[in-house]
Amino acid sequence: MTDRELELKSIQLRRSLLRHIYHAGAGHTGGSLSCVDILNVLYNRILRVSPETFGDPHRDRYIQSKGHSVEALYAVLADRGFFPEAELETLCRYQSPFVGHPTRKVPGIEMNTGALGHGLSISVGLALAGKLDATPYRVFTLLGDGELAEGSNWEAAMAAAHYNLDHLTAIVDHNTLQITGRTRDVCSNEPLDEKFLAFGWAVRSVNGHHFAELTKVLSQPAETGKPTCVIANTVKGRGVSFMEDVVKWHHGVPSDADFERAMKELAAAENRLREVAA
Amino acid sequence: MSAPASSLFSPAAKAMAEKLGLKMGRANLDEFAATLLELAKANRNIVAVTSDSRGSGKLGPFGEALPGQLIEIGIAEQNLVGITAGLAAAGKKAFGVSPACFLTARSLEQIKNDVCYSDVPAVLVGISAGVSYGALGSTHHSLHDLAALRAIHNISIIVPADNFEARGAVRAAAQSEQPVFIRLGKAAMYGLHKPETKFDPGKAITLRDGRDVAFLSTGETVVHCLLAAAKLAEQGLQCRVLSLHTVKPLDTESVLRAGRECRAIVTVEEHSVHGGLGEGCAAALMQAGVSVPFRIVGIPDEDTVTGAQADIFRHYGISMEGLSHLAGSLLCVA
Repeated sequence: MTDRELELKSIQLRRSLLRHIYHAGAGHTGGSLSCVDILNVLYNRILRVSPETFGDPHRDRYIQSKGHSVEALYAVLADRGFFPEAELETLCRYQSPFVGHPTRKVPGIEMNTGALGHGLSISVGLALAGKLDATPYRVFTLLGDGELAEGSNWEAAMAAAHYNLDHLTAIVDHNTLQITGRTRDVCSNEPLDEKFLAFGWAVRSVNGHHFAELTKVLSQPAETGKPTCVIANTVKGRGVSFMEDVVKWHHGVPSDADFERAMKELAAAENRLREVAA
Repeated sequence: MSAPASSLFSPAAKAMAEKLGLKMGRANLDEFAATLLELAKANRNIVAVTSDSRGSGKLGPFGEALPGQLIEIGIAEQNLVGITAGLAAAGKKAFGVSPACFLTARSLEQIKNDVCYSDVPAVLVGISAGVSYGALGSTHHSLHDLAALRAIHNISIIVPADNFEARGAVRAAAQSEQPVFIRLGKAAMYGLHKPETKFDPGKAITLRDGRDVAFLSTGETVVHCLLAAAKLAEQGLQCRVLSLHTVKPLDTESVLRAGRECRAIVTVEEHSVHGGLGEGCAAALMQAGVSVPFRIVGIPDEDTVTGAQADIFRHYGISMEGLSHLAGSLLCVA
């Protein structure tokens, strides 16, 4: 899949997740829009996993530690054929498996996450098991930058470096906002790169909306013997002008007018892309 | 001159144990470690995960014999549970071993989400549980763990009373496809069971039958109930003693049978009187409409008295003398 095709797919994924949040009347819009390009690259270029191979013990693992952005994951998994997209119409409804955080009831999801600060430890466990069994799968986890205030992340970061888990990659969705406001104002955790370096990780910073950059850093471990931290600099609400970098869209749900405007913007973006391509 | 060590058993209790033919075994913790080592030698898929706790978990020999199967996490219990869950999700038979006080409080959210809610077959082993670390103070007591875990869906809770039950619990947990919590003490325990006894998770074991008082107990308090029942027999009372090694799922059938057949019930546990075995039994009895004189013996809701496990047990009446006295008085009232 070319970068252009991935770009088009990301627009389609943004439409999908916005539509489902709008219909459900609930969801985490801003963070889903900031991480959807990362998930698009992971599921279409990096992860050796598919609906057919999901039971294979050799498959790559993806753990979404920032579970609240599950609407992006649902959109990507539906697109990859793990379940029909129409099932997402039940999002957050009575007895639907599509709740507001990832669960294993949904095909393609490895673990139940969403309480913050859990995904990295789980990923260390998965990576250790692969190492013990000499099974060459890779493990990826997506962390929120606000989430890094949870101390358990740093326990896990220490253990990952101690065990030289170079087949583990943690991606930080560094959109610099959390529910209360700017992360640096809530409780600053910068400089993130230096923190991970000090914990013994290899660190790479990229534009988290740039498909070629993401592909390059995610394709292989950055350094032998060290876990990789990819700090993906992103924009919360990316792709919808009035949602970009605005804190209220953390879990803001679009009104009718917002939804219409967002869809128009995405349609225009798609048209521009297609024109350039043509 | 050092202070004399407190004993869990008075001279009279020791004499009674001898009369019953009980033989002193080793700590359930030692039995756990030996059993796990034996299983892990045969099944290389078993791993033990420790939080700087291999010494207190008696896993030193395990680490020496099977270094590739012991994963040290350092003093980081939340991480220990998350990693144990990840290992289990990837197909390892992972035993996370850490002091019960930290494992079930600090890491409760990881137990709830990463293990139980995610439904991975991890085994969590809470060592030196209850007031095993009595003299170290309340930071090191775990008197909340049964209550906390009983309220979490999808985990079995096993509290062995002696070495036989400890061995059975570890073997059952190694086979389980669901999460299991095993709660272990570190004091040497009398063996309580006949050789032909079977250990089935979820099924209480009747150690002594009778219809006067029924002692429903779990873990390291069971032996004191057995001795109390023997003492009461000398006064002509026939008491039932059940080891409810599986606190969840509770063997409700055995509890209700005791409530229907016996004149009174005394529950005994090394846990807060809130939320543990006693309240579990009370709920089962009330909801079935079984009304019987009933007492919960455990650690009351107060600043726990200081001292060794033996001192704390004696202070709160968890002894042959204390329990036989309570049971006798309950019958007088009844």
